[in-house]
Amino acid sequence: MHQEWVTLAVLFLPFVGAILAPFLTRFLGYQAAWPLAIVPALCFLHFAGFIGAVSSGQTITGGYPWVEALDVEFSWLIDGLSLTFALLVTGIGTLIVLYAGGYLKGHPHQGRFFSFILLFMGAMQGLVVSDSFLMLFVFWELTSITSFLLIGFDHGREASRRAAIQALMVTGLGGLSLLAGLLLIWNITGANALSTLLEQGSALRDAPLYLAALLLILGGAFTKSAQFPLHFWLPNAMEAPTPVSAYLHSATMVKAGVYLLMRLNPVMGDTVAWETILPLFGGATLLVGAFLGIRQTDLKLMLAYTTVASLGLLVMLTGFGSETAIQAAVLYLVAHAMFKGALFMVAGIIDHETGTRDVRKLGGIGKAMPITFAAAVLAACSMGGLPPFAGFLAKEEIYAGLGFANGWTILLTIVAFIGNALMFALGFAVALKPFTGDKVETPKKPHEGPALLWLGPVVLAALGLIFALLSTFSHGIISTPMASAVAGEPVSVSISVIPHIGLPLLLSLLTIALGILVFMRLASARDAMASTLQAIGWGPDRGFDQAIRGIIRLSALVTNRFQNGRLEFYLTATLGLLAASILIPMIALGELPVLPDFPDLRFYEWAVFLIAGLGLAAVLWARDRLTAVVSLGIQGFAVAMLFMLFGAPDLSFTQFMVETLSVVILALVLTRLNLQPSDHRPLGQKILDVTIASLCGAGLGLLLLRVTQVPFNAGLSDFYAQYSRVIAHGRNVVNVIIVDFRGLDTLGEISVVMITGLAILALIRIATPKPSKTAAPASKSEA
Amino acid sequence: MQTLIFRTAAPYISSLMVLFSIFVTLRGHNEPGGGFIGGLIAASAAAVYGIAYGVPAVRKALYFHPMAIAGSGLMLSALSGVFSIFHGVPLMTGIWGAFGFLGATVDIATVVTFDIGVYLVVLGSFTSIALALEEREEG
Repeated sequence: MHQEWVTLAVLFLPFVGAILAPFLTRFLGYQAAWPLAIVPALCFLHFAGFIGAVSSGQTITGGYPWVEALDVEFSWLIDGLSLTFALLVTGIGTLIVLYAGGYLKGHPHQGRFFSFILLFMGAMQGLVVSDSFLMLFVFWELTSITSFLLIGFDHGREASRRAAIQALMVTGLGGLSLLAGLLLIWNITGANALSTLLEQGSALRDAPLYLAALLLILGGAFTKSAQFPLHFWLPNAMEAPTPVSAYLHSATMVKAGVYLLMRLNPVMGDTVAWETILPLFGGATLLVGAFLGIRQTDLKLMLAYTTVASLGLLVMLTGFGSETAIQAAVLYLVAHAMFKGALFMVAGIIDHETGTRDVRKLGGIGKAMPITFAAAVLAACSMGGLPPFAGFLAKEEIYAGLGFANGWTILLTIVAFIGNALMFALGFAVALKPFTGDKVETPKKPHEGPALLWLGPVVLAALGLIFALLSTFSHGIISTPMASAVAGEPVSVSISVIPHIGLPLLLSLLTIALGILVFMRLASARDAMASTLQAIGWGPDRGFDQAIRGIIRLSALVTNRFQNGRLEFYLTATLGLLAASILIPMIALGELPVLPDFPDLRFYEWAVFLIAGLGLAAVLWARDRLTAVVSLGIQGFAVAMLFMLFGAPDLSFTQFMVETLSVVILALVLTRLNLQPSDHRPLGQKILDVTIASLCGAGLGLLLLRVTQVPFNAGLSDFYAQYSRVIAHGRNVVNVIIVDFRGLDTLGEISVVMITGLAILALIRIATPKPSKTAAPASKSEA
Repeated sequence: MQTLIFRTAAPYISSLMVLFSIFVTLRGHNEPGGGFIGGLIAASAAAVYGIAYGVPAVRKALYFHPMAIAGSGLMLSALSGVFSIFHGVPLMTGIWGAFGFLGATVDIATVVTFDIGVYLVVLGSFTSIALALEEREEG
């Protein structure tokens, strides 16, 4: 069963599903959710098949060669950590596909949506089981791109488009940072796969470039997992349809950063930098997310900010460095995926069935929607950390892990305490406020949604309860293997729902008490928070806009300066730079050529010289431009004759034709341009132009002389001369080089010729404005 | 340019040039010549004909749009380069074959079709630029 090709097929299965989704939806409508949900379900079952092996401590690796020349493999690594993530991704994915079937029922682009969500699932699944760095990076970027597509799904609205671009820019930049980090690690350790890296122990930690690698990796992880101050894209991403928020922005994608940190903990953790930076940013994110969440009135936004806070908590725990903290992170991650996914889906159902998500405009719908209400309460209990739910186990472990050992840990414990209490309040605000109290008039009359809608939240909320009740079993298959993988050594998770009297329990009770207090006074807390934010005024979200505007302004400035549409400026700049780049190094490095003795010339050689000289003189003294162009052609012909005389018939031949055609084309261009027939440049301009032209000519001449004075390496030309006939069946070496030895170059060159032709054609064909309007700029640009 | 001599001579000159361009292209593998120079000669032929008889006449004589000629040339060259994969050798390796024709043995190779592609690209691109410029002059 566990053959390698099956895993490979499973990795590609979602992409196949994504291709089929639009067609299935065309035939089956929203019912296509049922067959499409088979795709993630199959993946889930496949990964579930690994549970036995992984829980007994095995690590399953496999793969296929990918780029053999670079020693890159398409390989996967399945241990406790990646297995848990894979099960979450595929399991919640199955529920989300079903949910999306009900949520977007009748949407004209539902097929496209299924397609995107399966694409994302494939990317996320690939990301968490990747072993090779390159594969990890490719899937990482793929999640950014598919998330862009999903956030911008409703692309008719500007807010959607902005949120999509913002998320892509932030996570995309983070992806680049991750790539640099991975390459650096590859360089330091020589490992290009996670499995080999994990075997190396502390080699990476002791490397001098450890800090640089760490910062680059954190750049990737913090952007993906929305850590402060880069958290702003996550709440904005709530513009996406709710299934997306429930899947990407709570349970899976935003956890990719946490996944990465957990994955690298055994080789990068346990250093001062790791144990300072991670808790610092994680803690800040926890507080910022929780406090900003209080301010929100939109159900989805409230949940989004608690997600930011939860991610902060996870990062903080991962970076804390104790075994218990890792256990807590593992438990909290699993619990969070379940309760947050459920709550998001509940928010979506409320929106779908009542027409609003504003918590102030909702109330008393619990009677009409009993199943949704039940799921919401179950999920909120887990989120609030009430026994006997999964969240309770996590919270006990968090407090046990952080402890009160010294000032630093006390500070972190207080941060966790405040964050947890606020999240408790927010969770119950989402789960209770809309359902209880007096009935409020809503845009739509509320009633229970179809099974497709409530199935997901009910299953997830129930799992949150079952996970904790059967804690021995669930620790055995999920928590213990995962915690061991994160810690890098065998760890046993044993916490159960039976409360242990002690400090953690006391803190839990205090958290709940504070949470209830905030919950009761949520409205006034919200107002206080709103006015505080009003007073601050500026936030990173606005900073993002300012940064983007700044970049655009800078590029406009640079463009307007250098692309000012004046041909003479372009020519002056290009040729001036050419002269400088030849002459300055030549003089500075003392590489000027030795001037050769003037050779004895035969009379016909003198004649050719004379013709060239006459052509040049005619260019300078020509009365009108057309004559000058033709005279330039005379000089060119003379040079072509020189080539002929010195034994380069091909070159000479081509030069003749090029000169002919350029004279013809230049003449045609001149007759088309609205130029005065003769040249009236002011004296200063003339002097500048003459100087630049002379410098260019002198520079190129000196360069050629210098080149001929360097000892000639005949290796290449000997090779061509020797093998032209033997290998390529041709006596004309020049042509053999062009079409055979360097054929790829030629292919590139003719592509350029063709593209240039197309571009020129387009330029000529651009509808010209009326002559009266062109006259003024034409004469101006000529000046 | 409507002089009588030029108008009379132009068809002969340009057809000779086209013929010569083909000759130059085909002999390029062993003697001076090749697709690039051949294409330039053919493009000049089109330009000469255009100056004498006007752009519509050239377009009619070419039958295809010059850019289509250039495009097909690029495609021919690219396919010639790719052809080598059928022989399991690296991209752009010349593949040679021979056939008898009127008692003589004629070598045929992907490098020849590659060169013909170069010819067509150069002919098409330069002609289309020249014709577009001439056209505006008349228009």
